[in-house]
Amino acid sequence: MDFAFLLIGNGILIGLMYSLIALGFVLVYKATDAINFAQGEFVMLAALISGSVIVGAGLPFWVAVIVALAAMIAFSFALERVVLRPLLGRPIVAVIMATIGLAAILRGLGPFIFGSGTRSITLPVGDEPIEFGPFILQPVQLVGALVSLLFLGAFSWFFLKSRMGVAMRAVADNQQVASAMGINVERYFALAWAMAGIVAALGGIVWGSMLGVDVQVALVGLKVFPVVILGGLDSIPGAVVGGLIVGIVENLAAGYLDPVVGGGTKDFAPYVLMILALMFRPYGMFGKRKIERV
Amino acid sequence: MFHRESGYFKTTYRADQALYPLPIARWTVAVFAVLALVLPQLLTVLSGAQSAEYYISIVNFILIAIVGALGLNILVGYTGQISIGHAAFMSVGAYTAANLAVRAGMPFWVTLPAAGLMAAAVGAVVGVPSLRIKGLYLAIATLAAQLIIEWTINHVPWISGGSQASIEIPRPELFGFVLKEHRELYYLFLVVAVLSIVATLNLVRSRIGRAFVAIRDQDIAAEIIGIDIFKYKTLSFAISSFYAGVTGVLYTYLYGVANYENFQITTSIDYLAMIIIGGQGSVLGSIFGATFVTLLPIVIRVFMENVGVFLFTEQELPAVIPAVRLGVFGLLIIVFLVLEPEGLNRLWRNIRSYFRVWPFSY
Repeated sequence: MDFAFLLIGNGILIGLMYSLIALGFVLVYKATDAINFAQGEFVMLAALISGSVIVGAGLPFWVAVIVALAAMIAFSFALERVVLRPLLGRPIVAVIMATIGLAAILRGLGPFIFGSGTRSITLPVGDEPIEFGPFILQPVQLVGALVSLLFLGAFSWFFLKSRMGVAMRAVADNQQVASAMGINVERYFALAWAMAGIVAALGGIVWGSMLGVDVQVALVGLKVFPVVILGGLDSIPGAVVGGLIVGIVENLAAGYLDPVVGGGTKDFAPYVLMILALMFRPYGMFGKRKIERV
Repeated sequence: MFHRESGYFKTTYRADQALYPLPIARWTVAVFAVLALVLPQLLTVLSGAQSAEYYISIVNFILIAIVGALGLNILVGYTGQISIGHAAFMSVGAYTAANLAVRAGMPFWVTLPAAGLMAAAVGAVVGVPSLRIKGLYLAIATLAAQLIIEWTINHVPWISGGSQASIEIPRPELFGFVLKEHRELYYLFLVVAVLSIVATLNLVRSRIGRAFVAIRDQDIAAEIIGIDIFKYKTLSFAISSFYAGVTGVLYTYLYGVANYENFQITTSIDYLAMIIIGGQGSVLGSIFGATFVTLLPIVIRVFMENVGVFLFTEQELPAVIPAVRLGVFGLLIIVFLVLEPEGLNRLWRNIRSYFRVWPFSY
């Protein structure tokens, strides 16, 4: 039973960290209807940037956080302007492919610019595991999970209460009506992408410190899809619940199934879960059901 | 393809839909056929046997890519359904053929269609959810298919042949004649590529092809005018996967080994790049795209070997080239999507329509 608790505790923390990355995806989809297949590569880019600030330039941790945040915001602004704005109104397939192309660029040129060796960045916390009842928690994961919770809360508040958040929801709901109400739609698109950049920067630092900084960090992006499909593409609570489910399921699968089938279930199980979700509830647990008209 | 069209007026739909748009097109096709048949000899005469073998190997890769690109274009370009897992269908074909050839000793003319059918069956299963889910959801579902198929092949030794998940396949043989050199395999690939080009040309001007286009343009409207969306979407997935399966077999015969590492998600993206760069919803575009994307890495490699040595050390180059290749691919996808959504095919049409009335273009 202790083993199960260990796996579940681990899964919850990892799951919250997935939620953080999925949040970037959800924010962009909610506001702009665009799909970001390069979310994992965003995270990788942020990790590479903070890695080269800390290890390459030898600067302290908080500088890396600021630099990564600034760089990712600038990057997503530029991206929105150069790539996504011209694709407005084009079929959804075009946007998907453009972000796939972007992922290829980042994956190809990232190590090219920042070097391909694996660097390790460490969060300014210890690495002694913390025992908490039956759970044994890694401090890095704990910090990651706390950061995730903090930002998930902050973004929920932003969307529910703040003026800009309400405007953004209006844009997401209906772009034409929103712009008729005097909302500058393009500015909110840019804002949504900048928020995705912020989330990616934090995700990159957290994941980078857990996995080590190299191109492989981008593989975290593959976990985003099961999370958002399970939770619902346009729902922040959905991202949290989806992340928790994926985190727990993949840990349990890795713990109990790996010895039986010989490894790899960690990456496999969430996708099986996702296929089931797509079959029975494609809009997810908390997602908005879209009604289509000719 | 190269003829000028001025002065011909079509008065019936039949004439407009004809395979040969003008009488002279038969001659163009005939010239191409002769050129294709004597290409190995021609290259040998022009550049010597050694380098001819290398050039023909490139042509072989192009021919295989044409088959795969046509298949993906039927699905993405004509039916408007997206697939990010196309390489997985290729691996289904590859392993089916390898198992049939090794365990049952089947010749290539059995394994080729059999592998195609197997891939088509798997593709149809993946395509079934396309009735309920579309766009993004479908893209993610096909991504899941890619990962699940890859995992299954990797973890079931019965399919993958155990160690390294690779199966060696005997060389294709026809009437006791073994095809092992590139110049011999060339004819096999040529025949398959030509067959798939003609099949696609005929498919897209048939009832099925028109149904595909109707679904792409507006699926709800298509359903209202009486097109069975479920049937045609599944059919599109099946046909497209058939092509992919055949592509996988051809790669297997070319490499002499079936290995899932040749069919990972980067391959899927290569093929998406082909049809975006070449032109979605166009047979000629698929050919352009397959040629372009196959030649691009070679050009990049030659460029990096000649220019890159000034920027990088010898040890760095092998790591740098694939990175540059991936980056250039991504860049090209975005550039074409933003600036020329109809791809190289559109550029080619622009050139043609300029010359249609040339030199009296007033």
